[in-house]
Amino acid sequence: MSKPDAAAATLWIGATLYAVFGGADFGAGFWQLPGLRGKEQESVRLRIEHSVAPVWEANHVWLIFMLVILWTGFPDAFSAIFSTLYIPLALAALGIVLRGAAFAFGKVVEGEARRRAGVLFAVSSVLTPFFMGTVAGAIASGEVPAAGNGDPTGSWIGPLPLLIGTLFVASGAYLAAVFLVRDSWVAGEIDNTRHFSRCALGAALLAGALAAAGILVLRHDARFVYDGLTGPGLPLVIASLLCGLIALGLLVRGQRRGFTPRISLLVRPAAVGAVVTVIWGSFVAQHPYLLPTSLTISDAAAPGGTLTALLVVFGAAVVFVLPSLALLYTLSQKDVLK
Amino acid sequence: MIPLVADASSNLIAARNQMAFTLGFHIVLASFGVAFPAMMLIAEWRGRKRGDTEALLLAKRWSKVVAVTFAVGAVTGTVLSFEFGLLWPEFMRRFGAAFGIGFAIEGIFFFLEAIFIAIYIYGWDRLSPRAHLWSGVPIVITGIGGAFSVIAANAWMNQPQGFSLGTDGKVTDVQPLHVLWNPATPYEFLHMLLAAYMVTGFLIASIYAVGMLRGRRDRYHRIGMAIPLCVAAIATPLQLFVGDTAARAVANDQPAKFAAMECVYKGGPDQTEYLGGVCTGDKVKYAIGIPGLDSFLVGFSTHTDVTGLNQIPANDQPPKKTMLHLSFDTMVGLGSALMGLALWLAFLLWRRRTIPDGKWFLRAVAVSGAAAVIAMWCGWIVTEVGRQPWIVNGFMRTEDAVTHAKGLWWVYAFTVALYLGLGVTAVLVVRRMARRWRDDEGGEVPYGPPEGEAT
Repeated sequence: MSKPDAAAATLWIGATLYAVFGGADFGAGFWQLPGLRGKEQESVRLRIEHSVAPVWEANHVWLIFMLVILWTGFPDAFSAIFSTLYIPLALAALGIVLRGAAFAFGKVVEGEARRRAGVLFAVSSVLTPFFMGTVAGAIASGEVPAAGNGDPTGSWIGPLPLLIGTLFVASGAYLAAVFLVRDSWVAGEIDNTRHFSRCALGAALLAGALAAAGILVLRHDARFVYDGLTGPGLPLVIASLLCGLIALGLLVRGQRRGFTPRISLLVRPAAVGAVVTVIWGSFVAQHPYLLPTSLTISDAAAPGGTLTALLVVFGAAVVFVLPSLALLYTLSQKDVLK
Repeated sequence: MIPLVADASSNLIAARNQMAFTLGFHIVLASFGVAFPAMMLIAEWRGRKRGDTEALLLAKRWSKVVAVTFAVGAVTGTVLSFEFGLLWPEFMRRFGAAFGIGFAIEGIFFFLEAIFIAIYIYGWDRLSPRAHLWSGVPIVITGIGGAFSVIAANAWMNQPQGFSLGTDGKVTDVQPLHVLWNPATPYEFLHMLLAAYMVTGFLIASIYAVGMLRGRRDRYHRIGMAIPLCVAAIATPLQLFVGDTAARAVANDQPAKFAAMECVYKGGPDQTEYLGGVCTGDKVKYAIGIPGLDSFLVGFSTHTDVTGLNQIPANDQPPKKTMLHLSFDTMVGLGSALMGLALWLAFLLWRRRTIPDGKWFLRAVAVSGAAAVIAMWCGWIVTEVGRQPWIVNGFMRTEDAVTHAKGLWWVYAFTVALYLGLGVTAVLVVRRMARRWRDDEGGEVPYGPPEGEAT
C-alpha cells in the first residue's frame, strides 16, 4: 500500500468511527425528539442518557481527527471542499456548537431550562449529520472541483446530496436504536427493549429505502461511484445488505417472540456491520479518487515527510487511546465502590 | 451597515475579526483546560494527605467545573478547525501539510484529556483514593502536551521552517520535527503555558476572593482562593522572565513586529523605550520616553542596534501600530502589577503564616483574574496582528489566504451573538452550580454519571 493510500485509509477509519459512534450519538439525540413532551417517555430519556452519557461529545474527536488528517495529509482536497461547500459545513458547525452547548449546560440546569436544552439537543442532533451528509453527497457526485471555489449552492442542493443527508440522519437513528435495544435488554427494561426495537425497525426500513434510492440516483448523478459500487465494491455492498437483513430479521423475531440473549447480542454487530461495509464500499468505489473524478488520492497527498508523521501519530493514537477508552468503558459499567 | 457583497479586502477584515473573536473566546476556555486540572489535583492531594475535607470537597466541585469548561472548549475548538477551511482555504491548500502537523499531535492529547477527565469524574466513587489521584495526572500532562502542539503550529507561522516551496507555491520536503521545533516554539509555548496557569489561577482565586469580601470567610473559601492564587503567584515571576526572553527573540527574529510594538521609527542604537502614547506618522506622541532603555532591553547595552520601521518596506509593516504598541504595554503593565500582587502574597505569607484576608488584598485578588485575561488577550494581539500582513511570515500574505465566500460579515455578526449567548450561559450555569452547592451536594455534569448515581 502506498503512503498516500495508507493515509487515506486512516481518514476512512476516522470516518467509520465517526459514522458508528458519532452517528449513534446523533441518533440518540434524534430519539429524544418524540419524547420531549410526555412524561410517559421519562424512562426512555433516562435510558438514552444512561447509555450514551460517558462518551457523549467525546465523539467530536473523530470528526476533528478526520479534519486534521484531511488538511494535513490532503490539503488540496480540504481546501477544495471547504471553499466550495462552506454553507453546509458552516451549518454543520452551527449544529455542533448548539449541541455542545445543550450538552454542557443541559445536565446542570433543571425544569423548563432543561427541557429547552433537550429540544436544542435533539434538533441540533439532526442538523449536523444532515449537512455532513450533503457534503458527502456533493463530493460523491463530483461537484467539488479540484481547484476549489465550486458552486456554493448548486453543489449541495441536489437530489444526491439531500438524499445522503437524510440517509446519514436515518442510519444514525438506526444505530442508536439498536445500541439502545441491547442496553435496555441488559438492564432488564422490557418496555424500553420493545420501544427501541420498534424504533430500530422503522429506522432500518427508512435507511434501507433511502440507500436503495441512493443507488438509483448515484447511477444518474455519480456514475463513477456507481460503477465502483457495482464493480470492485460489490462484495462490500452485498455484505452490507446481508448484515442489514440479519439485523432486521433479528429485530422482527425479537419483536414477535420476545428477545433472547442471543438476539440482543447479535443485533448490534449486524447493524454496525451494515454501516461499516457501506463506508468501506464507498472507499473502494471511489478509489483512486478522493474527490471523484477531479482529484486523486496521490495528487492530493501531502509530501512524504508529512504523511510519515501522520502515520506515526495514528499509530500512537492506537497505542494510547484504545486502552484509555477501554478503561473508561469498564469504569462506567462498574458499580460504585462501597 | 453590513456589506452584502464581499470583496477581497472586506472579506479579509471580516475573516480576521472572526478569527480573533473566536480565538479570544477559545483561549480562555483552553487555559482552563490546560491549567485547572493541576489545581484540582493539588486540592485532592491535600485533601487525601491531610484528611482535609474542605480541600477534597473543592477538588470534587472543581472537577465538575473542569467538565463544563472542557465541554464548551471542545466545541469552540471544533469551530476553529472548521474556520481554518472556511476562512483560509488557500492558506491550508499551500501550507496545510506543514501547519497541520502540530494539530495532528494535538488531536491525541485532546482525546486522551477528554477520556481522563471522564475517568476522573467517574472515578470519584469507583476508584481507590490512590488510583483516583493518579487518574488525574494524565489530564495535567495531556493539557500541557496539547498546548505545546498547538503553540508549535502558531510559532511556525511566525518562524516558518522545515520545508521548501514548490513551483506551485505549495510546501514540499516537509521535515516534521523542524516544523514543530522552530525557533519560536520554546518561548511561545512556555509563555502560553504560564499564561494559562496565571489566567486560571488568578480567575479562580478572584471568584473566592469576591465570596470572602461578601462575608463568606470560612475555611472552604480561604483554601479555594489560596490554592489557585499560589499556583498563579509562582507562575508570575517565571512568566516575566520568559516574556522578557521572548521579546528579545522577537527583536532578533521578527524585527517588523518588534519595531511596531515598541514604536521604533528610526533604526539604530540608543533607542528610547516609550511607555504608552500614540504612534502616528513618523513619531510617537504623548508617550513617556526612557532614553536608551529599549536598546538596553534588547541587547543589555544602550548601544544595541534595533531595527526601525524605516528599514522595513511600507507594505511589509504591521497595521495598527498604536494598537500593537498599547497592547504590548498593557500586557507588560498588567503582568508587572500581578507580579506586585505575587510579592504582596509572599510577604504576607512570610510574616503571618496564614492565608491573607485583608480587605485591600482581597480586592486586589478580585480584579487579578480579569487583569490576567486582558494581559493574555493583549499578548495574542501582539503575536497575531504583529505578524501581519503575513499569515506565514515572509511566505504568504493574509490577503492571499482568505476565502472568496460571500456573506462573511453576516456570519461574523451571528457568531458574535451566538458566542455571547454561550458565554453568558456558561457563567450563569457555573453560578447556579455554585448556588446549589451552597444549599446541598449533588447534581449532574457533562461526562459524569446520570442522576440517581452518586457523583
